[in-house]
Amino acid sequence: MLNEKEASLLEAIQAGFPLTPRPFQDIGIAIGQSESEVIATLQNLNERGVIKRMGVVVRHRELGFKANAMVVWNVPDHLVSQKGKLIGEMDFVNLCYLRSRALPRWPYNLYCMIHGRQRSEVLDNIAKLEAHCAMGSLAKEVLFSQRRFKQHGAHYFKSKSTRTNANK
Amino acid sequence: MKNDPHLGLSDIEWQLLNSFQHNFPMVAEPYKEIGSKLGISEDEVLFLLQKLNECGMVSRVGCVLRNGTLGVSTLAAVEVAPEEIDRVAELINSFSEVNHNYERENAVNLWFVVTACSKERLMEILTEIENKSGSPVLMLPMEQNFHINLGFPIH
Repeated sequence: MLNEKEASLLEAIQAGFPLTPRPFQDIGIAIGQSESEVIATLQNLNERGVIKRMGVVVRHRELGFKANAMVVWNVPDHLVSQKGKLIGEMDFVNLCYLRSRALPRWPYNLYCMIHGRQRSEVLDNIAKLEAHCAMGSLAKEVLFSQRRFKQHGAHYFKSKSTRTNANK
Repeated sequence: MKNDPHLGLSDIEWQLLNSFQHNFPMVAEPYKEIGSKLGISEDEVLFLLQKLNECGMVSRVGCVLRNGTLGVSTLAAVEVAPEEIDRVAELINSFSEVNHNYERENAVNLWFVVTACSKERLMEILTEIENKSGSPVLMLPMEQNFHINLGFPIH
């Protein structure tokens, strides 16, 4: 859980740190906290795992990774955490989640994301993954992305200031 | 790690993209510190990050939060006829709470992420999309994360 100070800090930086010489001081001024307080709170949230990472957030498509597959499997509940852990550890996997099924239309519960420069590279990696994690007979679908209609970091509240542009 | 010649980036830009995805210096002058690690000035770091942000390669310099830290979110999907995709995609995009929206190769072809301030607001958005699109919305909330996020290593 977050206290009030932590929540207002995370809200203030949802669109990114300012690209200014003293970004934490500038954030602090906007929300009435000191620079050292801002830094200490962010470090603490990072240690607690509330912040998963801090740094440069890139867009894979703009970096030439145009083949992007979401792979989904229907894994029996008693096997899903074992399979999920194995998949999540593979170095070419970018995300791996257990999600609720939406029955009857969508029976799949284990999701992973694989990005590559070419479709063939992604398909090779999926084959490697299936062999390594013994996914063999489980029902799956591979959903390559086509058009991107929107992509930006989540923002939950209207931000007041202009930081790095999260709306592109 | 090698620079990709197709992107037209300098080696310094390449290092800026790659080396600071999960170990941003938590000091008063972080861009100065990044500059000293790369052998360039603070002004140059700020200029290059601004440029990479404007050209879309950098989404932001900031934090990636654990799901559910602020607000309530879910992945959702709808199955729409090919001639309806643009209309429904626009409808989905019209909500500021939608932060990703992709067409994917599947009968279930529009995939989007909604992050709202409350469960009630989340359900209200999904219901409205369902009503206005005429297609049932599949709601696929995350139950468990199996991947440690260290950014996106560019090999």
